[in-house]
Amino acid sequence: MDVIFVSLGAGLLQAFEPLNLFMIFAGCLAGLFVGCMPGLGSVNGVAILLPITFLVPPTAAIIFLAALYYGAMYGGAISSITLGIPGASTAVATVFDGRPMAQQGKADKALMAAAVASFIGGTVSVILFTLFAPPLAAFALKFGPQEEFALMVLAFATFIGLGGDDIPKTIFSILLGLVLAAVGFDIISGQPRLIFFDMVEFQRGIGFLVLAIGIYGIGEMLWTLESTNGQIAMHKVKVTWARIKANFGDIKYYINSTWLGSFLGFFVGTLPAAGATPASLMSYGLSKTFSKNPDSYGKGNIAGVAAPEAANNAASTGSMLPMITLGIPGSPTTAILLGGMVIWGLRPGPLLFTESPDFVWGLIGSMYVANFVTVLLNIAMIPLFIRVLAMPFSILTPIIFVLCVLGVYATTDRMFDTWIMLLIGVVGYLMRKLNYPVAPAVLAIVLGPLAERSMRQSLIGSQGDVMTFFERPISLTCLILAFALMSYPLVLKYMRKRKSAPEAG
Amino acid sequence: MTTLKTLVASAAALALTAPAALAEWQPRKPVEFIIMAGTGGGADQIARLLQGLIEKKDLSPRPFIPINKPGGSGAEALRYMQDKAGDNHTVMMTLNSFYTTPIIQEDLGVDVTQFTPIGLMAMDTFLLWVNTDREDITDLDSYVETVKAAGLDWKVGGTGSGQEDSVLTAMMEAAFDYDVTYIPFPGGGTVAKNLVGNQIDSTVNNPSEQMEFFRAGNSKPLVQFTGERMAAFPDTPTAKELGVDIEYYMQRSVNGPPGMDPEAVEWYTNLFQELFDSQEWQDFCTSDGLTCEAMMKGDDLANFHATQKDAHVKLIEQVGADAITGE
Repeated sequence: MDVIFVSLGAGLLQAFEPLNLFMIFAGCLAGLFVGCMPGLGSVNGVAILLPITFLVPPTAAIIFLAALYYGAMYGGAISSITLGIPGASTAVATVFDGRPMAQQGKADKALMAAAVASFIGGTVSVILFTLFAPPLAAFALKFGPQEEFALMVLAFATFIGLGGDDIPKTIFSILLGLVLAAVGFDIISGQPRLIFFDMVEFQRGIGFLVLAIGIYGIGEMLWTLESTNGQIAMHKVKVTWARIKANFGDIKYYINSTWLGSFLGFFVGTLPAAGATPASLMSYGLSKTFSKNPDSYGKGNIAGVAAPEAANNAASTGSMLPMITLGIPGSPTTAILLGGMVIWGLRPGPLLFTESPDFVWGLIGSMYVANFVTVLLNIAMIPLFIRVLAMPFSILTPIIFVLCVLGVYATTDRMFDTWIMLLIGVVGYLMRKLNYPVAPAVLAIVLGPLAERSMRQSLIGSQGDVMTFFERPISLTCLILAFALMSYPLVLKYMRKRKSAPEAG
Repeated sequence: MTTLKTLVASAAALALTAPAALAEWQPRKPVEFIIMAGTGGGADQIARLLQGLIEKKDLSPRPFIPINKPGGSGAEALRYMQDKAGDNHTVMMTLNSFYTTPIIQEDLGVDVTQFTPIGLMAMDTFLLWVNTDREDITDLDSYVETVKAAGLDWKVGGTGSGQEDSVLTAMMEAAFDYDVTYIPFPGGGTVAKNLVGNQIDSTVNNPSEQMEFFRAGNSKPLVQFTGERMAAFPDTPTAKELGVDIEYYMQRSVNGPPGMDPEAVEWYTNLFQELFDSQEWQDFCTSDGLTCEAMMKGDDLANFHATQKDAHVKLIEQVGADAITGE
């Protein structure tokens, strides 16, 4: 333990060196920007700015890129809340409650909750990282395909209650997402499947962001237009320091969800192949399941903003763990960081901690500092972000539309995906009109491929024996939890109905 | 006399500079650097290293953007390149699935001999790895014995049906007369992690994918499928030394889509030649057990691809496509 604190002290000192401190600031600012631009996520940001880092020493370089990574996690929430377009795939769950809050004139509260939850999530996970990196890496190795599949079942279970009262409609929505996720090449055999109308473009599958931007960007815009006849009331929020201070008091409403999201996010982040997007969705689902008032989720519950935001920041730190200890990226962004490390002459793997301690501890030290810097920058800039909402709807709508198109084209480079996004936007609007929940579809398209791959790997390994999922302790535990979670909201609903029928709703 | 000399000299100078000026093609927009495999694997590591070197040495006026297209054992990437025919701003880092995937997936509609060869950066090698926990397995004999006893319970991890590791696994099945269960994972890095975590029993990884685990004592090589022992693994015997006739390499070449303009091909060839000759690349080759003696390019590389494609058709006939796809 002593060794850890000495090393951490040295790492923190390193983080406060002028060059490194500057790198943290620059990285956080750049990250905030790329994060809040739809279509530009941390992946693009890190890829574009990687060359700059060849001018500085490796430690300063990784500090810059890691700060950018966090900044982007915070930044994603900004466009999710103010525009209703997820700035990055990791911020999709933030739209669920962030957007309704903004429409109720509480955008500043939502942004504040996002910033505070992100800070707590980031800090909790960096502490866990500092104290338990080696044992956690060993635990991550215990996760085989069976465990991954059980975890995915757990994630789906958290979402059964997400659709509200209408369970058949929720299941329909999940199935729709699963079908869309299956388009493209079969994961195991490599054969093309579900290629609609034999169009080769479908071979590349339907991207998750294409779906999310379509449903939330375009679908939401159409819905707002219809439901208000274009007569949108402005939600001018006057942000004063007094109000910001008062907003800090809200923390009691979302602190539990934040803790939940922090631990869950870190844990899911450390598993290679999972990453921050599933973590944030699972955190949202769990937070809703355990809430005293689950029906308020999706209608502007502040805890519904905090849960995914805490989780995605915690996961971004968590995904550094397999990268540093195993040399395996936990997310697309860390894959690029990994490439950078090789060029700087570092070889990530089990020996990095002992062979390059300055680098590793410098990075860990910078995570603590970067968390402070991003939360301060964020809170200071809330008044600026809020301005977006003061724009007249006739100006804001075209901007959102352009951002949706740009965002999809920038991620996939194909006009085809842009058309699909618009089509999905219309479908999303119709689903909304017919009272189908859309969030489960989004969840299914993210987790569907992960669940399918791990299930098929497990079954190939066991030669088709389903018992393989129940024979392994971690897998079995996850499945039991999943079953409990799936039945919990149903039982609760039944109990409530019996208790107080008139008050229901 | 002097005027004549000047004239001749300037004419000569013109003659020298003129073709150079004509060949002065340069990328006008960012170059998509497609990787036909997932993150963390050998091809990915190499492509990202090359991309970094291009930036560091300022070799291109526009950046190279690495994009992974691992779907369907590289089918996604191959199809993408085919659709990009005539494009001068897309190049692809390939591996042997460049040959095998179009053979196994006949309806893909891709003929890789139509692609534009740019440069063969390295020949990569394969070793057979097990977890160091397996104290009962010390050499190839004990390995074969254990696998035979386990039968289909023996799990070999790989990067996908039709990928080179599945071909090599099928070759071993044929040579040793056993059957194993082959489980595909997304990328060689994930395979390595699952071996170290004991989720799978053995794998044929490239050296770069196992190197750090090997150095940390988590995994051990049993045999190398090369002609001679590599400098990085002096104590591991080759299959040939043990009387097993399996020698298999993986090409790591850069290719453009079909119908790239000759000026662009020349520019890319020069670029990758410069990378190939760099100290950084040669050092990487040595530490990761890659063979990088001279960069093959142009017609030589085209012939090489044609020969390799035929060799793989034979190989797949021999072991049977079913053995590779596991159907």
